[in-house]
Formats: sequence, structure tokens, C-alpha cells
Amino acid sequence: MNWTLALPEIALAVSGMAILLFGVLRKEESGFLASMLAIGALLLAGVLMTATGAGHAYDGQFVVDPFSVALKLLILAGAILGVALSVDYNRAEGIGRFEFPVLIVMATVGMMVMVSAANLMTLYLGLELQSLSIYVLAAFARENLRSAEAGLKYFVLGALASGLLLYGMTLVYGFTGTMDFARIATGLADPMQVSAGLIVGVVFILAGLAFKISAVPFHMWTPDVYEGAPTPVTAFLSTAPKVAAMGLLLRVMIGPFGHLLAQWQGLVVLVSIASMLLGALGAIGQRNIKRLMAYSSIGHMGYALIGLAAGTVSGVRGVLVYLAVYIFMSAGAFAVILAMRRGGRAVEGIADLAGLGRSDPALAMLMSVFMFSMAGIPPLSGFFGKLYVFLAAVQSGMWTLAIIGVLTSVVGAYYYVRIIKVMYFDAGETGFAVRPATLSIVAAGSGLVTLLFALFAAPVVAMAEAAARALLG
Amino acid sequence: MIYAVAVLAPILGSAIAGLLGRAIGDRAAQAVSILGMVIAAICGNIAFAELTWGGAETGTVDLGTWISAGPFHVAWALRYDALSAVMVAMVTLISTLIHIYSVGYMGHDAYPTYRFFSYLSLFTFAMLMLVTADNLIQLFFGWEGVGLASYLLIGYWYDKPSACAAAIKAFLVNRIADLFFAVGIALVFFVFGSVEFPAIFAAVGQHAGETYTLFGTAWPVLEVIGVLLFIGAMGKSAQIGLHTWLPDAMEGPTPVSALIHAATMVTAGVFLVARMSPLLEFAPTAKALIVIVGGSTALFAATVGCTQNDIKRVIAYSTCSQLGYMFIAAGVGAYQVSIFHLITHAFFKALLFLGAGSVIHAMSGEQDMRQMGGIWKKIPATYVVMWIGNLALAGIPFFAGYYSKDAILEANFDVGTGVGLYGFVCGVAAAFLTAFYSWRLLIMTFHGKPRAEAKIMAHVHESPAVMLVPLIVLAIGAVFSGMGFHAQFIGEGWHEFWRNAIVNAPSNHVLADLERVPESIALLPTFMGVLGIALAYVMYVAAPSLPGALTRAFGPIYRFLLNKWYFDELYDAVLVRPAMALARSLWQVGDATLIDGVPNGLASLATDSSAQVVKLQTGSIAIYAFSMLIGLVLLVTIYLLFR
Repeated sequence: MNWTLALPEIALAVSGMAILLFGVLRKEESGFLASMLAIGALLLAGVLMTATGAGHAYDGQFVVDPFSVALKLLILAGAILGVALSVDYNRAEGIGRFEFPVLIVMATVGMMVMVSAANLMTLYLGLELQSLSIYVLAAFARENLRSAEAGLKYFVLGALASGLLLYGMTLVYGFTGTMDFARIATGLADPMQVSAGLIVGVVFILAGLAFKISAVPFHMWTPDVYEGAPTPVTAFLSTAPKVAAMGLLLRVMIGPFGHLLAQWQGLVVLVSIASMLLGALGAIGQRNIKRLMAYSSIGHMGYALIGLAAGTVSGVRGVLVYLAVYIFMSAGAFAVILAMRRGGRAVEGIADLAGLGRSDPALAMLMSVFMFSMAGIPPLSGFFGKLYVFLAAVQSGMWTLAIIGVLTSVVGAYYYVRIIKVMYFDAGETGFAVRPATLSIVAAGSGLVTLLFALFAAPVVAMAEAAARALLG
Repeated sequence: MIYAVAVLAPILGSAIAGLLGRAIGDRAAQAVSILGMVIAAICGNIAFAELTWGGAETGTVDLGTWISAGPFHVAWALRYDALSAVMVAMVTLISTLIHIYSVGYMGHDAYPTYRFFSYLSLFTFAMLMLVTADNLIQLFFGWEGVGLASYLLIGYWYDKPSACAAAIKAFLVNRIADLFFAVGIALVFFVFGSVEFPAIFAAVGQHAGETYTLFGTAWPVLEVIGVLLFIGAMGKSAQIGLHTWLPDAMEGPTPVSALIHAATMVTAGVFLVARMSPLLEFAPTAKALIVIVGGSTALFAATVGCTQNDIKRVIAYSTCSQLGYMFIAAGVGAYQVSIFHLITHAFFKALLFLGAGSVIHAMSGEQDMRQMGGIWKKIPATYVVMWIGNLALAGIPFFAGYYSKDAILEANFDVGTGVGLYGFVCGVAAAFLTAFYSWRLLIMTFHGKPRAEAKIMAHVHESPAVMLVPLIVLAIGAVFSGMGFHAQFIGEGWHEFWRNAIVNAPSNHVLADLERVPESIALLPTFMGVLGIALAYVMYVAAPSLPGALTRAFGPIYRFLLNKWYFDELYDAVLVRPAMALARSLWQVGDATLIDGVPNGLASLATDSSAQVVKLQTGSIAIYAFSMLIGLVLLVTIYLLFR
């Protein structure tokens, strides 16, 4: 048994529990130390990943291939950014407890298991580990009514989604007699023989996973949870879990159900279009920047789904590039949002950004980079993300998707550019409080990645291409 | 080499004066542009003399490649033959004199004049590019350059609305003609596969019988090309129908008028016809059209000239009329005669304009002849040169115009065709009218009782030397250019002079036959001229009440002529107003409503749908869960239906 393939996950899980133990045993508040340890553990997992080989483990339930490695690197990066973003905010808000980084570590373990899943059971295990951790995180500021509400809402709706997913899995198991991805794929080799029950099962699984990436029509939780949850949790929510859930969706739809591409393609197209439209339109009237980011993330997942709808190597490559680009611009944007503190309190209104161009030119400039990038303006990274998914759509002859994508990004540009307008052209109040070093580092680092992506696009695209080939075989 | 200097010196002067004028100052800018012109004039005239008397070889001066795309090649090259050389010599000489004259004339202008001198030199350069072109594209380059420079100069006083309107009008009317010219060039390339003159002229014979099918009807292709190029020439040379810009172009400073009317711009069309002579010799219908248009213009413009009161407008219509003469000569195959008249006309027309400028200068800017009179003693030098100019214009023997105009009418009589006869009749009638309005101008301007205010009269003074010297040089030209060049241009020496710059078909004997015209016909134009002068004397000196009586008696005819045959009103009603109405509707309906409406509508659509989209977002878990389930049912249904 080749258990060492799961060494990074095992190490991370053990570290997580060790940090928990450490936090419990230490008497005084230890949020900062625990966070640093968590970052260390995440980095360790990343290092270990480079040491492990590729192949199947645990009776074929666990797979390590270039696809999973690429996604895990993104997940770890997202998790590290998430922990880094949380440290100062949590301390300032009085929720700087050591459980926070531990929960992130546990969620990360779950996500890593998700993308390595080669079996419906592994999939579910990883997904639930991740989800439960995040439910708790969403309600982490438990004295805050909105945070508690957000956590509860996410939990109830998440449970519903999990139920749908489980139900779908049982249907699939019932009609194919196996939970192993490879064997399901073999059983579905002839799409003509597929029964209606199995198809219902596939749709249920699709729905359960679409909930996790907040794709329309399973997106309703997103604005409320994004707004209510503590901002570092929102930041984390919009990065690593999105990557993991999207990776899982790719793995399931293209792996076991790959032969049914022609059948589910239409559904994904529909979900993708609906997500792009809703993301673009919903954000227009928003005044709260976290809510705006929620709609923005719905839209971005719609764009990423274009790649899945194409179902080709270039489509999967496009999704991976999109995710890589997305987590950095999202983390960067949230770093700026987290820096919005005035009079010892976090402010979340878009109008609060007014005058930032004068009071903090560097931060305003970084925010402009992220907003332009999200709008897809060349030569920023967001442009390349869109370029590769649109390219895949065009190559597969899905002109409608590409055209709607371009049109909605025009609408999207409106509200992204509006933020820039507010920062530079609206008269503002006094500047924000001095921003902590961690936020500056995350924002500047993400800004550089976003700004200079064009310079190192080739290796990223090559890696995404290798991962896509591994998935499609 | 010296030839290239003649062509390129003006643009250098123009660039320095225009780009550095502010830095080096007004005086220096004037000096630089005049220096460039003087160099150009010296080189241009030496090049001409070498070719005419020095026995220099004709050829081309290569300046480099311009366009090379597939089979389409265009070179920057200066053609060196009699036709180009004589044009270069004339243009540089006249333009230099006008430059010098402008120093005095523009001396009182409120603004720095470096811009003016830069434009003048640019104008000259464009004309030189046009006349030295070795291919149609370079000719078109010069053609458009001339159009641009004329626009800039006519609208030089840009704070004067009428000047701006005149500039725009000149530009637009020329654009219309240029369109035909451009299509003609395209058709030349289509037929001959080249735009180089040597290649075109060599191949004309092979394409003589070819037809060009358009909209199902076949046309003789050389005729079509000829007509298209002639319409282009009509615009530049202000022939009837496309002449409306020329009188309005008076809005520019007077030296500009002189330049436009004598050396550059309007002669371009005549030059083009002469240059394309090898092709036109195969297009008899196009040539007939040229005679008809030319004859009509000569007569039409002369009639209008008789009634105008603005001194410059009278001269402007006379230019229009004289250009008509040039075309009737070219149309019967006497291209040499046409160029001969172009050269003599350049001298006396520049003289007349600059003389008129001198009068206007003396009269403190007054241009209306009804406000002049009785000033000949005060400005004797101007008076004398104006006499010389008018004698030359009226074709009085031994002045320049006599030789060229006589030759034109003889050539027309000579060919013996109906078309030729039409040209002849129009030309003779116009000769009478020309003499009449010339002396009307002289008498109204210089003689009789002073009609201007005492203050203006007290200020009347002779122009400074810087203006008088060019006038005297031009006056010498107006006297002797006909006599001096008669033999070379159209007399016994024309074969050696022109070599093959202008081609006459083997059947075309018009030049050889010039001397065989009956004596009575040869004397007719002179007789008509004298008659015209006599009539002017009767009407404006002997019986001054006669014009008023005639005006009353023939009111409608008088008003018809005074209003220039209502061409402007016609164009305004038929073309300008509908175009403006169309533009207005395109702007208000097309742009403001539709084109602006679409994005505005889309924007409000986006905000409206945005409001709808977030309406469901109430915060209620039940609704969220329900919408998830609805979505799921929807997806399952779609999947099952369309799998």
C-alpha cells in the first residue's frame, strides 16, 4: 500500500491537531503564534508535495497526479493567504483565538483530499471536512449576530447541498454498482445504455458541487454569507474552497462522467451563462463591498465554468489558469478591504473608499490593479484568465458562451471601474487607520503577481496544460 | 540635379518658415521662404533654358521608391521634359515674384506672417510635384497638396467667417472633382497595370479599341478614362459647374488669388489634359466634351464678369473664362497652344491680380469698383501695369495674350468640326466681352470722379518698391512672353521645343494648319477686342447714364448675370440643403436617438435587471433553499428532456 502519497495531507492533519493541542495547553491568548505555526504547517505540506510521487493509493480511493498537485498548490497558497490576512483583523476584532488557524488547516486538509479523490466516498469525506470547518469559521465572531446568522445560513443550506450530493451519489452507486471513478467511467462507456436514474444522480451531484462554487441557481447563500462572515473568512471563502470545489467538479464531471459530456454539457453551459449574468447584474446596485465581491465571485465562477463546458484539454487548462489568477486578485482585493478601518472599526461601504487615491495612493493603486484585472483589462492577469477560457470555448465552437462572457465582462467592468472612480474622484473622509504590515505584504505580493502575470504566464500555462492532460488522459 | 533643387527648395523654405517661424521671427521666416523660392526660380529657369536652348536630354530624376505593393509600383521621380520644365520655370518665377510682393502687401497684417509665407511655399511645392510627376499617383499627391494649400490660404484670415466658408467651399468642390480623378487613376491602373506615364503612353495604342463594362453597358475604356480625368481637371481649373469655388476664393489675401489664378492650382487641370495628350488623342468624345465645356465656360464667365463690381471678382471670372480658352485649344488637339496660353496668361493674370492688390492697398482695403475712380494720377505705376495687363488679356496685338488667344481661335476654326466651331464662336464672343469688362474695370477703377470718401482718397498712395518691382517684372512678361515664345511653342520650332512631351496623333495637323487660316478669321478676335473696348468707352465715359438705363431695361438678364447664373443658389437648393437636412436627421435620429439610445438603453436595462436579480435576495433561508430545489428540478428536467 502506497500510503506515502498522502503524506502532505497526513502531515497537515497531524500539524493541525498539534496546533490545537498547543493552543489548548497554552494559557494565554495564542492566536498569532498558532497562525504562524499554521502557515508553517501549510508550507511544510507544500514542500512534502514536491517530494511525493504520483499514482493511486488506498485501494484506488486516492489519486496523486499533476492535476491534483496543481490544485493543491493553489489551495495551499490560498490557505496561506487566508491565514495571513486573518491575523491582524482577528486581533483587532477580539476574535484572535487559536482555533481560527486550526480550522483553516483542517479545511485545507479536506480540500486536498477532495481534489485527490478517486472514489465517491473520498470525495464526500474531503468535502464534509472542508465544509464543517468553514461553517464554524463563518460563525467565528459568535457574539456578532450577523456572523452567527451567516454561519447558520451557510450550514443549513450546505447541509441541503450535501444531502443532494449524497442522494446523487447513492443513485450513481445504485445504477453502476461501484463508487470508484475509473469503474464508473467504464460502466458509462456507452452513453446510450445510461438509465434515467443515473442521470438524475449526475444532476444531483452537479447541483451539490455547484453549491460549493456558488454557481447559479445554487448561489443564494453567497451574498449573505460573504457579508455576514468575518472579513478574513470571506477572503478565505473566495479563494481556496472555490479552487477545491471547482477542481472536484472538473475531476468528477470529466473523470467518471466524462463519457456523458454531450449530455451534461448543456447544463453546465446554462449554469455558466446564468452565473455570468447574475454576477454581472447583481453587483451593480451593491453598496457593501463584501456583497459586491460575492456577486463578483459568482460571475468569476461562471467564467471558469466555460472551461468545464468545453470539456477539452484547453478548457480544463483555461479553468486552472483562471483559478490561479483568481485567487491572487481576490486575496489582494480582500487585503485592501481588510485595511478599511476607521476609528477602530472595520467599514465595508463602497463609499468609504472615497478619497483613497489621495489619502493612501499606494493602496488605491493596488486596488485599481485588482479591479482592472477582475474586469479583464490587459495586460493584467485577469485578462489572461478570461482569454484562455474564451479561447477554449471558441475552439469548441461554443460561440454563444464566449460572446455572453465578453458581454457580461463589459457589464462587470462597470462596477469594477466604479470602485476606482470612487477612490480617485469622489471627495472622501479622513484616511483609514495605519494598515498592518501583513496586509501590505499580501496586497503588494498579490498586486505584483496580478500586474506581472504576463511575464511568467508560460510556465503557469504549461503546468495547467500538463494537469489538464493528466485529467483527460 | 538642378531640377530637383528647383522642386525641393520651396518645401524646405516652407518647413523652416512654418515650423521655426515663431522661433526665428517673422522677417527671418520671410527671408528663408523667399530665398528658397529664388533658388527654385533660378534653378527652374536654368533647367528650362538648358532643355530649350542648351540641348539637354529629357529624362527623369529618381528620388526613391514610394509604394511597392505587388504589381503596384510608385516612385518619387521628377519628369524632365519640355512640358514639365516650362511649368516649373513659370511656376517658380511667378511664385517668387508673388512671395516678394507679399512682403509689402502683408506688411500691415495684424498677425505674424510666417504662416502665410510657409503656406505660399507649400503651395508652390505641391504644384511643382504635380507638374514634375512621372506617374499619376505623384501627380495626385501634388494635386491634393495644391488643394490643401489652397484651403489653408483662402482661409488664411480664419477669424473672417466668409473666408472660412470660402476655404471649405473650395476644398469640397475640389474633392468632388478629385473623386472622379481618383477613379480615373484606378481605371488607368486597371487597364494598363501601371500608373507610370511611360508605361501608360507606350501601351495606349494596344488598348485603343477596348471597352469597359459597367452596369451591363460597354464603354470605350479610353473615353471613360479621358472623361474621368477631365472632370478632375474641371474641378481644379474651375470649369462651368465646378467653378463656384473660384470667385469665392477671393476671400484670401490678394497674393494668394494671384498665385491660385496664375501659377498654381487652376492651371493644374490644363496641365493634366496636356500631360495626358497621348491618351486623349485616342478619346475623341472626351476631347469634344473638353471643347464644349471649355467654350461654355469661356462665354459664361465672361458674361458674369461684365456685371461684377468687386475688382477681384471681375478678374476671377476672367480667369475662369481664360481657362475655358485653354480647354477649347486642348480639346481640338492643340495642347501646345493651350500651354502657350497658360504661360502668357500666367504673366498677365498675376500682373492683374497684383495690380488689383496694389489698388486695394492704395484704397485702404476697398474692393468695390463703385467706390473707386479718379485715382490714376495718384498711382501711375499701378495704372500703367494694369493697362498692360488688360491689353494682354484682351488680346490686343503684340501683347502676350494676342499670340496665344489668336492661335486658340484659329485652331478651333481650323479643325472644321461642329465642336470646333462651337469653341470658335464662344471664344470670339468671349473675346468681345473680355475686352469690354477689362476696360469697364480700368475705367471704373481709375477714371471718372472719385467716389470714395475723402479720408480714403487722401490716403491713396503708390505701393512700395517691394510690390512695384514684381509688378514691373510681370508687366515685361505680359508684353513680351507671347512675342518671345511664339516661335518655340506653336511656331516653326515647336517640334524641337516639345520633342515628345506632348503627343499629337498622326491625323492631328492642327498646329501645322494654324498659319493657313483666312486673314479675316485671324483678325476677327482683335477686331472684337477693339469693339469691346469701344463699347466700354461709350458706356462708361461717353454716356455714363447708359449702363443704368440698360440695367433697368433688361432687369431680369442683368440680375441673372449679376447673380452668376444662380449657380450658387441652385447648388444650395439641390445639393447643400438636402445634404444638411440628411446630416441633421442622421445626427438627431441616427446618432442622438439610435446610436446614443442603444448604450443608454442597455445601461438602464442592466440596472433594471440588476434590481430584479437581487429582489429574490431577501435573506430568508426558506426562499434560498426553495430556489435551490427549483433550480435542481429545472436542471433535471432539462437534462432528461434533452439528453
